[in-house]
Amino acid sequence: MARQPSPARVLTTTVAAWIVGFLIFFPILWMVLTSFKTELEAFSTPPSFLFFHWTTENYAAVQGRSDYVHHAINSIVIAGGSTLIAMLIAIPAAWSMAFAPSPRTRDILLWMLSTKMMPPVGVLVPIYLIYRNFGLLDSRVGLVAVLCLGNLPIVVWMLFTYFKEIPKDILEAARMDGATIGKELVYVLTPMAVPGIASTLLLNFILAWNEAFWTLNLSTSQAAPLTVFIASYSSPEGLFWAKLSAASTLAIAPILVLGWFSQRQLVRGLTFGAVK
Amino acid sequence: MATEQTRGLGRILIAPAVIALFVWMIVPLVMTIYFSTLDYNLLNPGSESFVGLENYFYFLTDPAFLASLQNTLVLVGSVLAITVVVGTLVALLLDQAVIGRSIVRLMVIAPFFVMPTVSALVWKNLLMHPVSGLFAWIATSLGLRPIDWFAEAPLLAIILIVAWQWLPFATLILLTALQSLDEEQKEAAEMDGARAFSTFFHITLQHLARPITVVILIETIFLQTVFAEIYVTTGGGPGLQTTNIAFLIYSQALIQFDVGTASAGGLVAVVLANIVAFFLVRIVGRNLEA
Amino acid sequence: MKHLVRALRGVAFLGVVFSGAASLMAASPSLAETTLTIATVNNADMIRMQGLTDDFTAKNPDISVKWVTLEENVLRQRVTTDIATKGGQFDVLTIGTYEVPIWAKQNWLVPLDNLGPDYDVSDLLPKIRDAVSVGGKLYAAPFYGESSMMMYRTDLFQKAGLTMPEQPTWDFVIDAAKKLTDKSSEVYGICLRGKAGWGENMAFLTAMANSYGARWFDEKWVPQFNSPEWKKTLTTYVDLMKQAGPPGASSNGFNENLALFNAGKCAMWIDATVAASFVTNPKDSRVADKVGFALAPNTGLGKNANWLWAWNLAIPAGSKKVDAAEKFIAWATGKSYTELVAAKEGWANVPPGTRTSLYQNPEYLKAAPFAKLTLASIDSADPNHPTVKPVPYVGVQYAAIPEFQGLGTTVGQDFSAALSGAMTVDAALAAAQSSTEREMKRAGYPK
Repeated sequence: MARQPSPARVLTTTVAAWIVGFLIFFPILWMVLTSFKTELEAFSTPPSFLFFHWTTENYAAVQGRSDYVHHAINSIVIAGGSTLIAMLIAIPAAWSMAFAPSPRTRDILLWMLSTKMMPPVGVLVPIYLIYRNFGLLDSRVGLVAVLCLGNLPIVVWMLFTYFKEIPKDILEAARMDGATIGKELVYVLTPMAVPGIASTLLLNFILAWNEAFWTLNLSTSQAAPLTVFIASYSSPEGLFWAKLSAASTLAIAPILVLGWFSQRQLVRGLTFGAVK
Repeated sequence: MATEQTRGLGRILIAPAVIALFVWMIVPLVMTIYFSTLDYNLLNPGSESFVGLENYFYFLTDPAFLASLQNTLVLVGSVLAITVVVGTLVALLLDQAVIGRSIVRLMVIAPFFVMPTVSALVWKNLLMHPVSGLFAWIATSLGLRPIDWFAEAPLLAIILIVAWQWLPFATLILLTALQSLDEEQKEAAEMDGARAFSTFFHITLQHLARPITVVILIETIFLQTVFAEIYVTTGGGPGLQTTNIAFLIYSQALIQFDVGTASAGGLVAVVLANIVAFFLVRIVGRNLEA
Repeated sequence: MKHLVRALRGVAFLGVVFSGAASLMAASPSLAETTLTIATVNNADMIRMQGLTDDFTAKNPDISVKWVTLEENVLRQRVTTDIATKGGQFDVLTIGTYEVPIWAKQNWLVPLDNLGPDYDVSDLLPKIRDAVSVGGKLYAAPFYGESSMMMYRTDLFQKAGLTMPEQPTWDFVIDAAKKLTDKSSEVYGICLRGKAGWGENMAFLTAMANSYGARWFDEKWVPQFNSPEWKKTLTTYVDLMKQAGPPGASSNGFNENLALFNAGKCAMWIDATVAASFVTNPKDSRVADKVGFALAPNTGLGKNANWLWAWNLAIPAGSKKVDAAEKFIAWATGKSYTELVAAKEGWANVPPGTRTSLYQNPEYLKAAPFAKLTLASIDSADPNHPTVKPVPYVGVQYAAIPEFQGLGTTVGQDFSAALSGAMTVDAALAAAQSSTEREMKRAGYPK
């Protein structure tokens, strides 16, 4: 273990870190607090921080109006399904790029990223027409497909950087021992890649969860996820900021819990293997 | 070394991803190219006619185009600068001995999970509102005049909101990188009598080069299409002060329902994004090599 | 190894979530014979209707109803994309008076001549009925209608020794606004819309321009922003807001102003008549018992600065569920719905502004102090003759042509820039003129 910092220094950095953390978190905290106020209090000056009349009426109103569970399940299915399928397609591809690179690998990677550069709104009408013709409008399958393809480049890229970190000599050794490629993949590579795969999975789950353009425009009710739920609370005629806060809190609650729970994987995932 | 066998297998394994993305790219792309040569308004169906490059001409000569190009660059550049600089500072702070670090880290990471629409609404109504927002209340309590964010500094307000959303991303990547930086390396440098500053510049910053590259590349892709934050707060105004390329295309496609011009605009955006990506890869690309 | 364990735990967690979701999905309820998907806007009256759906399904057990409630702009983009591409996602649409004539002309809507004997078309307010009819045929059924009017604080007026006439002039309003402004105690003389958008600041400014005798286009579709009337309108508006408006006016829309007014920070507010029931509701408003109403101001040219709008229910052409949709529309916009709301939520909460009979109902008039002025405001707006000079378009605060949404948005941005001080009034008008000319030329006007 390295040198022990002095208590005074620990105190200083602790206080500073907590202040910074609190400031960054504050808008979310404020939103959660607002969700427990009445509409009138939500807008009063000077603002009341904790000493207001706490109420859950906003949550009751939100639940009475929209089927939160239905939307939340759709969100889980769509975000989860698209992420899993993207992984199934991306793992072999990333493996191939990392361990059997061809001179074009780098170009292919960059090309894949470039497919994310089209602003979605520019291709809305073509996609809408295609979806109409295939009967995919307002279907979970359709949303899974669009989000899966949308995130595929990021998934491939993340996995590629993870796989590249795996020392090649281990594979060589396995090959010497006569392992086939299939066995090599299952018994040697996969265990080493699990942390990378898990973190990729989680990051893409979050990206798919927050995706608000395609989900809003290609679904109506049957397949509508939480982004549609939010769209029914933003800027109505009237004063509904406390209700909006309640709906927002509900919409981010599952992902916040999941995200906090899986923080460590996420930290690794986000680094893209930039850190050894 | 890759053998012939693994090469062949490699091609097979990469095929599904390439084919899927190729289809996903080419079908809408061909349709978009086709639509971009038509006079095609959703509200006037049946009147589609071939107009050649008129849509491109119209989009590129729109007085809003140059303004939105500039706003896009300012927005992407500023958010990158803020998230990288502040992210580094926050990461350095959290890398120190901190009691309850995991809780602090939870608080720092949280904004990343909030949907863009929601965070824009919260910032606009609960924080930045010049009369009843919290910032206004703080300013008034301190005897200052509250800032009217969306009138006096609309682009800055948007930049702040977007930077808040992407700060956790940068902080996390950089923090993990810092934590992996060998403690002994740092100590050795300090033993050598290197001062804090030169330690920072010679060792820490160098170590951060690669994660910073990753932050820049990923954020650039997402920041070029920032839309919800603008849509919710300013609607692109006042004037054209907060209209970026993505918002301009949105207004063509879903306010005017002019599919032809929106398609042309989308293709222009792809070309622009590729130019940016080209230079970006030239500048920071070497950090990507293994 | 530690990483591996943690990672596996994460994966296992996701797995549990999934299987849970899957088992929940399997248990979906059995469906009635016809399911109507209804797209609607998320304002208070529509949400109330959503809450009362049970009454409809009890009367029509073979029909079930699915609601898609969206924010106004999202609703518009969803519904327009769907109807223009014949996506067939919705069975009943909520659309504004702006869309009705345009869509009816495209044959996108089913004419509503089959709403049943109880519907009583002749009871609809004539102005509103006009706005949703094309060639004498009803294409959408009005759910609620609104105009705009003056709302003001009786206590502040009294304190300042002012009296609001029932029909104020702009000169009076400007003068009063300046006198009532007390920035040190955060009371502003007047709150008006400033946020860019064809349905936001342009709705107000176009109506205000009408009262100054300005118009969007002359009879040959030439844009008129270079006219002295527009200059007078915009100069007056910008000066007034600078002297007597709240800070941040250039990003205030309906909601922001409502919040300001309810918090007691505006002495006057000119906006939608539906706001009247919000500002007089003590649950939401701090000034509920101190609000007075008057007509929107004018300049003596014969037009008031008020608009006309209605949210309506319509059926997309090509729908296979026209019968069920007609039943629903007849239920939602008929007289019995009004009584249902009155019985359950009180008379003040019934959807206003569509039927003559409502304004003759003594119980409603008692419960809604703003009823008389709402009706007078609606009656004084004329979509066919919105301003002093003749115009080639229909619509008070808009021109019912497909291009208007885009035009209004661009011009709205210019005008909000003038308000925020980023542009001068002259520059904003010049920019509005040139962008509108460019757009109209491209769209091939005059047609």
